[in-house]
Order: sequence, then structure tokens, then C-alpha cells
Amino acid sequence: MQYIIIGNGVAAVAAVEGIREKDRTGAIRIISEEPYPTYGRPLISYYLAGKIDRDRLWYRPESFYKDHGVELSLGVRVASLDPKARTVACADGSSYSYDKLLLATGGRPTEIDLPGAGGEGVYRFTTLSDAEALLKVVDKAKKAVVVGAGLIALKSAEALLMRKLDVTMVVRSRIMRNYFDEEAGGLLLKHLEAKGLKFLQGATPKEITLDQKGRASKVETSQGDLSADIVIMAAGVSPEATLAKAAGLAVNRGVVVDEFLATSDPDIYAAGDCTEATDMITGELEVLPIWPKAYNQGLYAGRNMAGGKTAHPGGLPMNSINYYGLPTMSVGIVNPPEGQGFEVERMVDEEGERYRKLVIKNGRLAGFVLIGDIEKSGLFTSFVKFGFPVTEDIREKLKRGEPSVLLWPEEFFEETWNPRPTAQPIA
Amino acid sequence: MKRVYIDRHFCIGCGLCELACLTVHSRSKDLAIAYTVERPQGLMSFKKVFRDGSMCASTGCRHCDEPACVEACIAGALTKDPATGRTVYDPEQCVGCMSCLMACPFGAISKSPLEDKIVKCDRCVELDMPACVQACPNRALMYEER
Repeated sequence: MQYIIIGNGVAAVAAVEGIREKDRTGAIRIISEEPYPTYGRPLISYYLAGKIDRDRLWYRPESFYKDHGVELSLGVRVASLDPKARTVACADGSSYSYDKLLLATGGRPTEIDLPGAGGEGVYRFTTLSDAEALLKVVDKAKKAVVVGAGLIALKSAEALLMRKLDVTMVVRSRIMRNYFDEEAGGLLLKHLEAKGLKFLQGATPKEITLDQKGRASKVETSQGDLSADIVIMAAGVSPEATLAKAAGLAVNRGVVVDEFLATSDPDIYAAGDCTEATDMITGELEVLPIWPKAYNQGLYAGRNMAGGKTAHPGGLPMNSINYYGLPTMSVGIVNPPEGQGFEVERMVDEEGERYRKLVIKNGRLAGFVLIGDIEKSGLFTSFVKFGFPVTEDIREKLKRGEPSVLLWPEEFFEETWNPRPTAQPIA
Repeated sequence: MKRVYIDRHFCIGCGLCELACLTVHSRSKDLAIAYTVERPQGLMSFKKVFRDGSMCASTGCRHCDEPACVEACIAGALTKDPATGRTVYDPEQCVGCMSCLMACPFGAISKSPLEDKIVKCDRCVELDMPACVQACPNRALMYEER
């Protein structure tokens, strides 16, 4: 059996672990455009900020590939994929045959059409190479402009601020719109402003002005111009589905996979940020670029590629992000649409930088947001993940921030903490 | 694999499991010193006792076969040890993102009080019987193969 995995992020690593649970001897090759062993992608902001050194980026020990019998083609781009012949052709001229293939190609930065965006001094922030490039210039640079308002924009801005740069974010509407409502976003904004981050809100970027050498010098916006030594373009990520599309696989926004993580070709699987898969709560096909889902999909894809047939339960949206000392979490449906029966409970303590939002539908917790006080988040998650009933009494306790295992249905508690012993065969 | 189980009908909410946990994970291995000196320095019990009216229960890490915390860990600090079945935490590798705290639906992970790290049960790696189970006066906690 020959397995080929394209990509070397968390989904790829989990797939290796999944394959090896079932198949100790099949050949596995990882082909990745990135020249590094697998690293914790979200850690690039910690690295850029100087919170961790390079040694701590690595997601698995050095011996991981050897221990799992994986051959590596790093720094190699796959140029095309032929599902009929079951081969991949690489840009360096090499080619490989496979029996089972995994696409773990991740996401790529969403590009917005902005003159000057290809200039020198204009960066993206999704890879370790991006972080390394920025680290070469942060000491000399003074002013940075970040275009965008999401996770990548905020974390790169925070990192540059920690590197003592003067950082302004160009925000079209408001920060973290996908996760935070106006109140939560406002609380976060205030916190970050107090730490020294500047915001130009309601501003549409128009052009990045390049000097005679082709270097970025200024960002022109609808609200005025900002001078800049560094510009970061952070308009989010989109699934990297180029190879899949060219090979004729089913692709919407991402590579479409079924509950077994198989694409429209039964010998090709996909996992992680490149996919579009069934969401645990909505039951719809969604693109959900989050770490835990990528790991889990990779694991299930690996097992299924190696002969298993286990349906993946679907991804649950969740993010835990610390913004300059302020912890935030969001799980499940957090910005519910109007008129579909969702109820919202909000507890706000502006001074104490604490915020709690519960989204309830049909007597169940559909999602929540916590800012500041996050200690009991896991037990809130239990209500979303397992769909426990939220009675009036339980609702009051959740509102007070007091979820507890004692509020679970008794059968579930017993199943979890005191399951019946499985019958032992009599010798 | 042996795990710690709880029969909550026998739990009396005394919290001795928490104190035993605190002691066994202290430097001094002395309850009074662990409580008065090391606790203010960040030492914390891995067990949690929930109490609500007449109900109570002592819980901790289940060392799940497919742990949500391991999935969620962005730093490779939480892993499964295939040999022992333990869910192992490496504080050196942890960056304190708290993704595991959010992802564990059993509430088994706590934020360390003084630093950006977590605390979770290590199933008393050096003991045959975890300290919490040894300390339980009403045999509500059991360490068994099921």
C-alpha cells in the first residue's frame, strides 16, 4: 500500500497517526511545499511576538517521521494530480504513484484586489516563512499597518505591537465580526486600544503606495493615509483547492468530503482547512478552518484510508484566543440569525473586562462566547457538544457562569464517570 | 487500562481527594506546607469537587481514548502515551492558549492560577493507586479496569 499525503500541517500529521493505527507497514510519503517539519501554525504569532523561541514551534518531536515510517518531500510543490493514473507530479520533476491520497493542503490567504499589494514590505501572515520574513525586518521598522479585522489580522498586529512597533489596523466594519457581536467586539477593541494598538475603523483600503524602489511606504484609505514600513494583508483564509479543482474533484468553496472524509474520488481523501464538510450543529456543508477539526478529520481520514470505515462526527466551531492578556472563547453558533428561534443571554461587565453570551435554541445551548472569565468554558462546551437539555433552573445557573457536571442528565453522568464494567470472559 | 471512576452516591464532598492530589504533586509532600506555602505559589489540585445542595461529585481527567484536549492542542503539549494510555501534558511545550480548557467537555482541565499554563491529572504516574483514590474515605473513587 502506498499512501501519499499532500501537506504537512496538523491534518497531515493526524492522518499519519490514523494510518499507523491500522497499517504498520504501508509506505507513506508526505509532500509539502513548506520546507519545515510540522509546526504549530497558530504559534507563528507567538514566535513573531517573541513569546516563544524557534525550538518550541515544532508540533511533533524530531523523530516523528522516522518513528512512523514516513518519507518526506519537503519544499516540493505538487504541480498536478491524475486521479485516473493515480499519480502526482511535482514541480521539481519528480512523480509518485499512490493507492490512497490525502489532500491536506490547508488554506491560503484571501487576496483583496488592492494596487501595490504585491510590493516589497507587504506581507501575509499564515506560514512560518511569513513570520521569518517579518522577523528580519521588525527591529528596523517603526510603523506597521495591518489590513483586516479577523484573527490573523489581530494576532499579527498584537505581535508587532509587542515588538514595539507603532501599529494601526485598517478595519472596514468591526473586529472579529464572525465571532463577536458589537458589545463583545467593543470590549476587545477597548482592551487593545489601552495596550497601544490603533484602529482606523470604517476605513476601506484603496492603495498601497510604493516608493521608487518598489517598497511599501503608505496605505491610502477612505479615511486618510497611513505611512508604513510594514504592511500586513490579512483578509482571512480560503481553502486551498487548486489541485483538487484541476483534477476534476468536487469543489465548492472547499474540497467537498463525505462523512468518511473521501472526496468525489474514492481513493482521494481530504482533511483540514482545505475541506468543506458537514458541520456538527447545523448539519450543512461548511468551511471551518479551525485546528481541532483539522486534527480530527486527519485522524479519521487516515484510519479510513487504511481500511477503516468510521464516520466523522463533524466539526464544532471553537476558538480560544488570548488578545494581549485578555482571554476569549467562542464555541458553536455565536451570532445566530434573526427569526429562527434563537434566544440570547448576555452578561456584560465592562469594567472587569468580562462578558458572557449564551445562545439557546429549543431548550439547548447552541453556542457561547466568554471573555475574561474562561475557567469553566469546558463545561459550557459539554452542553453544546452533547446537547443536554437546558431547563429554567439550569439556564439560571449557566447565566451565572456556573455550569457543572451535576447539571448533566444522570444517565450521561453515570456513562461518563461510572460506566458499567464491560463483561470479562471467564477463564 | 485502569481509570479513576466515581460512584457519586458515595461521594460525601469532603474534598480529601483534592488535598491528597495537592500533597502528592507538591515539592514538600506535606499537606500543611503544600496548602499554606506552595498553593499561594501556584500549586493546584487536579481534582475538582462539585457541590450543589445535597449532590456532590469529584471529577478529574478521564484519560479519554480520543481526547478533545489533544485534538485542540496547537503546541503538541498534550499527547496520548500509547504504552500507558495516559493523556500526557508537557508544560515546557505549552504556550497557554487554553484551547484544551475550552475543548474538554468534562471540565477536567484548569488554568494555572499564576502562569499561562494548565494543570491536569497525570494519574499519579509514580503510584500504583492514584492519591485521590487512596484518600477517598467512602470508596466513592475507584481505580479499576472496566
